[in-house]
Amino acid sequence: MPTMIDVTIIGAGIVGSLIARKLSSYDLNILVLDKENDVGNVTSMANSAIVHSGYDPKPGSLKAILNVKGNALYPKMCEELDVSFDQIGSLTVAIYDSQLPTLTDLAERSKQNGVPVKLLSKEEVLAIEPNLSPEVKGALLAPTAGIVNPFTLTVHAMENACDNGVTLHLDEEVISIDKIDDHFKVNTTKGSYETKVVIDAAGVYSDKIHEMVEPIDYKVEPRKGEYMVLDHYGEKLVNHVIFPLPSEKGKGILVTKTTSDNYLVGPSSEFVDDKEDLSTDKLTLDDVRRQATLMVPNIPFNQVIRTFSGLRPTPTTHDFILGTAKCSKNFILASGIESPGLASSPAIADYVVENFVSKVLPLVKKENWNPRVRKHIHPRDLSEEEQAKLVKEHKEYGEIVCNCEKVSLGEILDELSRSVPPKTIKALKKRTRAGFGKCQGGFCQPIVLKLLAEHYHLDMSDILLDKDGSNICRYHTKEDAKND
Amino acid sequence: MINKDLVIIGGGSGGMSAALEAYALGVKDILILEKNDYLGGILNQCIHNGFGLQEFKEELTGPEFMSRFSKAVKEKGIEYRLKSNVYDISKDKVVSYSNEVEGFVKVKAKAIILTTGCYERNAGAIQIPGDRPSGVYTAGQAQLYLNCYGYLVGKRVFILGSGDIGLIMARRMTLEGAKVLGVAELMPYSAGLNRNIVQCLKDFDIPLYLSHTVKQVIGKDGHIEKVVIAKVDEKFNFIEGTDMVFDVDALLLSVGLVPNVDLISKLGLHFSRTRGAIVNQDMETEVEGIFSAGNALHVHDLVDYVVSEAREAAKGAVKYLNGELKNEGHVYDVEASNGIGYVVPQKIYVDEAEDNLIFKFRVRKPYKMINLVIKEGDEVIRKIPKLAIIPSEMEIVKIAKDKFKKSSNKITISVEEK
Repeated sequence: MPTMIDVTIIGAGIVGSLIARKLSSYDLNILVLDKENDVGNVTSMANSAIVHSGYDPKPGSLKAILNVKGNALYPKMCEELDVSFDQIGSLTVAIYDSQLPTLTDLAERSKQNGVPVKLLSKEEVLAIEPNLSPEVKGALLAPTAGIVNPFTLTVHAMENACDNGVTLHLDEEVISIDKIDDHFKVNTTKGSYETKVVIDAAGVYSDKIHEMVEPIDYKVEPRKGEYMVLDHYGEKLVNHVIFPLPSEKGKGILVTKTTSDNYLVGPSSEFVDDKEDLSTDKLTLDDVRRQATLMVPNIPFNQVIRTFSGLRPTPTTHDFILGTAKCSKNFILASGIESPGLASSPAIADYVVENFVSKVLPLVKKENWNPRVRKHIHPRDLSEEEQAKLVKEHKEYGEIVCNCEKVSLGEILDELSRSVPPKTIKALKKRTRAGFGKCQGGFCQPIVLKLLAEHYHLDMSDILLDKDGSNICRYHTKEDAKND
Repeated sequence: MINKDLVIIGGGSGGMSAALEAYALGVKDILILEKNDYLGGILNQCIHNGFGLQEFKEELTGPEFMSRFSKAVKEKGIEYRLKSNVYDISKDKVVSYSNEVEGFVKVKAKAIILTTGCYERNAGAIQIPGDRPSGVYTAGQAQLYLNCYGYLVGKRVFILGSGDIGLIMARRMTLEGAKVLGVAELMPYSAGLNRNIVQCLKDFDIPLYLSHTVKQVIGKDGHIEKVVIAKVDEKFNFIEGTDMVFDVDALLLSVGLVPNVDLISKLGLHFSRTRGAIVNQDMETEVEGIFSAGNALHVHDLVDYVVSEAREAAKGAVKYLNGELKNEGHVYDVEASNGIGYVVPQKIYVDEAEDNLIFKFRVRKPYKMINLVIKEGDEVIRKIPKLAIIPSEMEIVKIAKDKFKKSSNKITISVEEK
């Protein structure tokens, strides 16, 4: 890195990654720091994967404006970044007659937010969603809502940024930030960097990062949501994202399909004290089950292959915090990005760059900026002729590593060759889906582990499942025998 | 497209014994497709002994047992492909597979046998509560890392579930120097074979906690640190004041096996209570000419039984290839009734069956001093007194087919308590 960096982005979640990508189109030198060992490893990884339409946030709020703008940016962005995105639409359903006036209010709010919606009668809803409860009284259809693969979105956004010259340092936690005249010195667990501009995109820790430069009067509180994932089991459960009516706790427990044809049920909503608390518990999941069943009575819970929880970075200000620090216009905040943060993220990136970065740095467009990542090849999606041609040239695409999700060796080797390569089993899983299926890595984990060890010239005992210390092959039996 | 008389999907003990049986009965145009780069399937990692008492009347290790079959397959020149993943089969029996050498291949088979084995239920499926650290593995995963790669996944181990792989791993990890702190079983009885309870737990003073399960996994910094185990009541709710905390660096799960039936799902077929396919007396699924056997059909206690069932499927396939299996004549639906968890087969075309009808089933819970009752309609065909019967041991009952009168279309198996 040069002695003076133009922009240092703290946090490689979806917001940090898309800001990095946007900034990579300008003639700037950019550093991204993240304490995790992979991009998109916290909130961006564990969420509902919904690109909301934007009918629900309070009109005029940043959430409302940026959600609607962000939603409109998704089709082109996902095409450029080679990410699965499907505009399946959402249905917000009323189960009781008493809820019908709220639906009408929401339709009115949609109009103010500029979101196309349609009120549907009971018959109309059941015609398009036969598995909904016959108790349904009506619904609000928002056709622009969609589902996205949030894992590859973040990875590909950062990969694209890196392909365009951004430097990414993972596994490097920011410990303190010194303000020196009109610039900053960012001190990490591995070094110090002088930078003209800092962008705080640190998710649940964004308040802590901001506090490193000045006292603050808000907090970003982790609000946990627990989910269940169902296997793709050959039948259709729902065709849209199914929401209950929103409440002060958020959009409520939804039922949706995912871009990989799984189904997702959740999330719960509960403030927790610990910004690392990703535990799940039976009572909460029982409640998720109960609430989801009110809308979709016959969810096959015997198809659950995984439960997980995610943390929403909920700001005490009730809206996204996009602005600059009081002490300096060069310290930019992209904080408190809870739902609809994923949907808003491309618009947040534009907003941050146009309103704040452009005020403190000259933005000169690069001539040769490439908005695309190298195309990913998935043999399972090709025609027979294409498959035959592919394997003739690249035999590794003929060998399947993950049986449940049909992930080929070729896809894994391709990921390892990219500019944000996976270092852990989980990082590889996020990129390729190897280990995502019903056996949860029971069969492919050892193969994947061995591939990672071979690729990085490491012993199998050095390969991590996830975080530091999560080594699987902990003790070499033969080594111990030698030592005895 | 290539043509084959018989394609066998899965080259484990079941697939290989089916191939050898079909070969012996005159079908030589066979292709075995195996996803691993070796034949023998899961037995490659089962290096303990206890295999083959039925089949060979001697006690072998898993690799010894399976290598007798793989040698025979090679000697006979039966064709097989390794590292070959079947991603689709169709009702007209086109098998699509791929591998590094041939790429994407389609084979038109006259008959197919599915011997795809089973997979282990895991932390996701049982929705294990608490933190989500590493250090939680299925027993089979830990077995593979230990026996095939030479790594212990932990040295202070707790095991949830008393399935046989968990019991075997309790002993195996102890022998490799790990401390196995205990085995918890949700049910009030063990899910494993009695001989494994004795040889793998009792002989090593490893406690078995019945009616106990994991209440919480604790591991804040990436790796598991503790498990909280507690006792449950009859409705599986935790009983207060029964918590026990164990410091661990690994939690192994041996909480059941599930038939691996992706290909069956793709055909849109129904599933039986075993979560495998529905089959007739010749192990033929609802699609004519497609057969299933072994752990892909229902999970067996012993590989010896897998082998004999796979031979039945092979006989069925040969009958089908010879035009002798038409699913005609008098048919029975076979039902698991009071106290019985499942029964295989679910359908019997009695006119086409061999001389003896074979019923395989498990009881839902342990019983003492009962009768097993096999009925045709309301008429009792046979009553078998049992002093003791447990779910972990599969029952096999053979009855001469001429005992059945074709007076009804239903055969039921039930437990009669005295």
